[in-house]
Amino acid sequence: MTNKEWPLYEVFIRSKSGLSHRHAGSIHAADDQMALDAARDTYTRRQEGVSIWVVRSSQIVASDPAETAAFFAPAEDKIYRHPTFYEMPEGVENL
Amino acid sequence: MNTGKGSVRAAAGPGKGAGRAAVGASSSPEKSAGQTAVGTASSRDRALLAYTTRLGDNALILAQRMIELVAGYPELEEELANANFALDYIGQARMFYSYAGELEGKGRSEDDFAFLRDENEFHNFLLIEQPSGHFGDSIAKLVLFDSFYLLLLEALTRCSDERIAEIAARAEKEIRYHLRHNTQWLVRLGDGTEASHARVQESIDTLWQYTGELFAADEIDQLFTECFDGPVLGAIQEQWQTHVKAILDEATLTLPGDGWMASGGKQGRHSEHLGYMIAEMQYLQRTHPGASW
Repeated sequence: MTNKEWPLYEVFIRSKSGLSHRHAGSIHAADDQMALDAARDTYTRRQEGVSIWVVRSSQIVASDPAETAAFFAPAEDKIYRHPTFYEMPEGVENL
Repeated sequence: MNTGKGSVRAAAGPGKGAGRAAVGASSSPEKSAGQTAVGTASSRDRALLAYTTRLGDNALILAQRMIELVAGYPELEEELANANFALDYIGQARMFYSYAGELEGKGRSEDDFAFLRDENEFHNFLLIEQPSGHFGDSIAKLVLFDSFYLLLLEALTRCSDERIAEIAARAEKEIRYHLRHNTQWLVRLGDGTEASHARVQESIDTLWQYTGELFAADEIDQLFTECFDGPVLGAIQEQWQTHVKAILDEATLTLPGDGWMASGGKQGRHSEHLGYMIAEMQYLQRTHPGASW
């Protein structure tokens, strides 16, 4: 065997209908189909999910940790952006 | 289509397995279908017990073979898949053995069936007791067996024994996934590099002689099929050949020609490999009877 590693995939699992997929972890696989199988066998053994997404880790575009301040700090003092800032009128449903 | 059936039957001498003796003089399946000496309740019960135990034997022995590979697989993800599959088989074995214990009515538990019977009392196929070999050998064995087992389970979901039908319905889902997974591997290996192609072709060629037994109906198979509307092995064999040929084609592998077929597993006459395996599997219970944790 060569020591060449299989590509890394990120695994997202949806635990039940209606919820969104959440990151569950990562696995190595040689192709997409193998990645899906490996995700199933690694992360849904205890009935964790009803749907699986896998995506090549190299395909994910991520924010740069060095730019954390520029990206996220400006939101810190904008408390009015939280919906809890507003009072809920009584008797309004489905809000 | 006559995959060594003749030799299988010729080689099938008088076995001393439970439940075979009283089945009747008819040694050929074609004959016994006509001269049905089936009706008696006792032969019916005996066939059901023997058939159920065999299903358990196949599941358990295959599981044990796969478990031997735990901690020895080339890739972590694949090892986990293999262990999951083995546990699926163990689950099936437990259900079949529990049912067999109830049918027998002598108070034997699933563990008694697994750990306190001798080699010749196991009636699993020779195919699945073969040593695991390299990764390609394991994959080839699983594809050959699961292609058959899935068809068998599908037929069993329609049999008239409710309990067997229920277990089969549950097992069918598991095996469908196993087959899907392992078929992909066979295609990758067969259609992969020159080396992987050659090695897995050799695996198929070597294991092929053990596939005839899957379809060689003996008295127990006959009785079960007649009394419980069970699987017709001849029909399954045709479907299996078509299915396996399609997989091998996709994997750019060659279907071996019909040749001599080994037999005897179903009757408890095994290759030399099973004894060692069972010795290891049963060691703890034999050495410390009743040990539990």
